[in-house]
Amino acid sequence: MMYFNTRALVLLALCFANSALAMEPVDYQSPAEAQRHRALSAELRCVMCQNQSIADSNAPIAHDLRMEVLRLMREGKDDAQIKDYLVARYSEFVLYEPPLRGGNWLFWAGPFVLLAVGGLAVFFIIRRKRADIKAVAENNNEEW
Amino acid sequence: MSRFLPLLAFIALAVLLFVGVRMNAGKDNSAIASPLINKPAPALNLPELVMPESRVRLEDLRGKAYVLNIWGSWCVSCRIEHPVITEMAKSGITVVGYNYKDTPEAARNWLAEFGNPFALIIQDQDGQAALDWGIYGAPETFVIDAGGVIRFKHIGPLTPEIVQEKIHPALEAAP
Repeated sequence: MMYFNTRALVLLALCFANSALAMEPVDYQSPAEAQRHRALSAELRCVMCQNQSIADSNAPIAHDLRMEVLRLMREGKDDAQIKDYLVARYSEFVLYEPPLRGGNWLFWAGPFVLLAVGGLAVFFIIRRKRADIKAVAENNNEEW
Repeated sequence: MSRFLPLLAFIALAVLLFVGVRMNAGKDNSAIASPLINKPAPALNLPELVMPESRVRLEDLRGKAYVLNIWGSWCVSCRIEHPVITEMAKSGITVVGYNYKDTPEAARNWLAEFGNPFALIIQDQDGQAALDWGIYGAPETFVIDAGGVIRFKHIGPLTPEIVQEKIHPALEAAP
């Protein structure tokens, strides 16, 4: 039992480990600015590391990009302008949510297409099972 | 027929995954294709490494095609590609060094130890200017044509094959 608890604790800790921010302390001008900087950093993908946002990554380039994002925020750029600025330099790779254009529609529509196909399959299977049950029931009636 | 439907679905999925794996085989997934290819090289104004009192503007290099190699004394792969860079410079290609996130002392010691193949070296100590170029590590290598347009980018150490098959054609295609 003790062993199980330890393991559960480790697993629980691992769940939270991922969400730990790598962001350095910065002299923010306001809580709103801090909030916006964190939110924006979490939406931008680190170019150096696989599957981490620039908010999560300890890589030096992630640090540079966070500082760049803050600099652009202070220049008065809005979120879309900051993202465009980074996309122009580092490509759409930096966006966790790829824009709906080119071949990207497949990313967005794919899950729903699969869901529809699965749903149809389930629908037809149930309908056939029902027909089978009905047929069996009718046969039974005849026999009785 | 419908008995085989799950099997068919499984085969379709297996083919999809197989194709996905094959398409990515041998590809460096950490290398991001640069959106700057065929775009004018971003402006740069940085100090020279050997002569820090003089500043270099890449626009001044216009009129001649050249290779820009991003390196640092901290970068292990740069040491590996160093002979390739040296060979390239010996063959008559102008190689401009971009000393990335390094201290001038460490960079100079490194060059003294391994040799300096660069026609000119610019130093970017904090890596701020590198952001405009979409640089995110070292080594990275760009080919810039005589008109100041980026024609090719390679991420990771250069090999003689890449120089032969990519760098040379990119330089020759450059007007």
